[in-house]
Amino acid sequence: MRTIHAYLVRVLLLAPCLVLLSWLGMPPIAHPATPEETGLKIATEARARDDGFGNFTASQTMVLRNKQGQESRRQLRVKVLEVADDGDKSLTVFDEPRDVQGTALLTHAHKREADDQWLYLPALKRVKRISSSNRSGSFMGSEFSYEDLSAPEVEKFTYRYLRDEPCGDLTCTVCERFPVDKKESGYSRQVVWQDKDELRIWKIEYYDRKDAHLKTLTIGNYTQYLDRYWRADEMTMVNHLTGKSTVLTWSDYQFRTKLRDRDFSKTGLKRVR
Amino acid sequence: MRRRAVRHPLAFTVIWLAAAIVAIEAHAEFEIEAWDLSGRVSLEVRAFPQTGIDASHRSYTTGFVVEPKLYLEDVGGSSFTLLPFFRYDSADSVRTHWDLREAYALLYGELGEGEWEVRLGVDRVFWGVTESQHLVDIINQIDFLEHPNGEVKLGQPMVHLTWTGDWGVLEFFGLPYHRPRLYPGRGGRLRFAGLVDRERVEYESGAEEWHQDFAARYSRSFGPLDVGMSVFDGTSREATLVCVPPACGGSVFPYVFIPYYSQIRQFGLDGQLTLDSWLLKFEAIHRSGDRNPIGREEEIRAALVQGRGFEGILGQYREEEYVAAVVGGEYTFYSVFDSTADVGLLAEWNYDERGRQALPRRQPMTLDNDFFIGARLAFNDVDSTEITAAFLTDASRETRTLAVEFDRRFFNQWSLHAEANLILSIDPLDVQYVGRRDGFYEFHLEYNF
Repeated sequence: MRTIHAYLVRVLLLAPCLVLLSWLGMPPIAHPATPEETGLKIATEARARDDGFGNFTASQTMVLRNKQGQESRRQLRVKVLEVADDGDKSLTVFDEPRDVQGTALLTHAHKREADDQWLYLPALKRVKRISSSNRSGSFMGSEFSYEDLSAPEVEKFTYRYLRDEPCGDLTCTVCERFPVDKKESGYSRQVVWQDKDELRIWKIEYYDRKDAHLKTLTIGNYTQYLDRYWRADEMTMVNHLTGKSTVLTWSDYQFRTKLRDRDFSKTGLKRVR
Repeated sequence: MRRRAVRHPLAFTVIWLAAAIVAIEAHAEFEIEAWDLSGRVSLEVRAFPQTGIDASHRSYTTGFVVEPKLYLEDVGGSSFTLLPFFRYDSADSVRTHWDLREAYALLYGELGEGEWEVRLGVDRVFWGVTESQHLVDIINQIDFLEHPNGEVKLGQPMVHLTWTGDWGVLEFFGLPYHRPRLYPGRGGRLRFAGLVDRERVEYESGAEEWHQDFAARYSRSFGPLDVGMSVFDGTSREATLVCVPPACGGSVFPYVFIPYYSQIRQFGLDGQLTLDSWLLKFEAIHRSGDRNPIGREEEIRAALVQGRGFEGILGQYREEEYVAAVVGGEYTFYSVFDSTADVGLLAEWNYDERGRQALPRRQPMTLDNDFFIGARLAFNDVDSTEITAAFLTDASRETRTLAVEFDRRFFNQWSLHAEANLILSIDPLDVQYVGRRDGFYEFHLEYNF
């Protein structure tokens, strides 16, 4: 009886304090959020929802198609490790085309400074530190650039919310994002469609440095893993200037494997098959 | 000849014992989870527009290469790699050769906060950062029969231990067997004037090719800076070629030289600073123990006149100690002229303390005060079309070479390689003057599986 009484007293005493604190924490004059704030909030929230995945592995197949419809195939394996308070570490291993089989790319992404990248060349057994400033270059001749394939760090963009609009059966927010470091990106801006329920990206329009609509990425076939993390199976990038396209298909997603930090070292890089 | 006992006996016993235990442990539980068979078959043509300085030199050769690779992986992540190599050459029976490039078991696991890794068997190891020469790289013998650029290596039996932590990467190499360099035979080009005796190979060590060589390397990344420090103690990968009558000297042609491998010690340092589109590179070595005949011509001639044998002649050679370095950089212009192509420009300066007394190491030319200027044009297209050019000029002599390469893939699994190796001018005082007529063109048609 006495303990319950004490508990009640404590709650009664604390409650007003908590109310006071939360009131103090609010901005003095409430105003509707600016489009920039809303855009940042959506990006931050989307990133937060992906927190804690730990690591995953997956396979990628790329089909490159030119204007005449000629096709070329790329087959890759991807391993990603989440890093607390910094960008992710990732390892991409090439299986096809066969002349580059076993070549591997190790990336230590960073939130603000430039990423660290090493390339492993199996014929020479050589690990080469490479410049990561080639973010706008084509990835293996595809319509995806290195930039398009890396997880966008929230800090590397500024945002602007534009509108809500229906996308399929869902409602999407449409936001623009602008690179903070203009030199680091091949685009002046990107327009991103994200559904309001799960903040999954369904479409991105890329505008080049002259603000011409260069490419469009459409994303489909989302699957939820570990009851939380959404991953897409199909990504189609169309280049409007050249008429070329690349379809990137993901498969064999595996989350929380036995991957460790050490697998993303230079020694680990030399170990890939 | 000095005969030295095997050094570091304790270190070797420990390394071999540890490796053997680990290998036996792993073998008992090996259960294949993944495997992969890949490789290449290549049809090749090499043409020399000029006739050789020796009448037996051929101007044209065709051949093929087969290089399959088998990879087996265990449930626990340990693996076994097998990579044999075979070349057929129409002009030179010696260049028709095979080699076990790789055949090793790889095991790894946790070690405190870091990890350990063991590679046991035949493997290839690359150290260094520069492009015009690989100065610190020393673990493997080069396959000189394949290409004079020194990029292709013979497999080396080894125990390779790696210990990785937050503090860097520490590696130890136990190298129980020496692979002598293979030189082209009678019909082959790029062998210059003489032949190298394939029956007789001389070693400074009494253990001969079984001398236990030892190497270690420490490397670490500090943000944009990658650095490495290394040491090698053992049998030199470069032979001193000794001319002993009657096989060499007099009127018998071609001369047959006897290769001699000394015991050397080499300290190496390499570093690369990666800043945006700049790569700044540096490599340096300090080497002692090699033998050098340059500057001892009179003594050697006297020994020849006196009719002294191999040891008497070799005894006239200088035992040398020197420093050599490469410093340079690379800058890449990405997406030039709004295209998808990249242009990389490279420049390096090669220095050797010995100056004009320098001897060739991995390439057939001396790099004592030589500038290297290179360009790489990568189209970044579906076929990975790439053109590279490398110009090498001796700053103190009239020797200049130019190599241009073209690479392109087609139909996914096929690729084409063409190269031109041109000797623009050559100084008669240069060691490589004997190779003055050995500029060549080469074509490969490759199938990758």
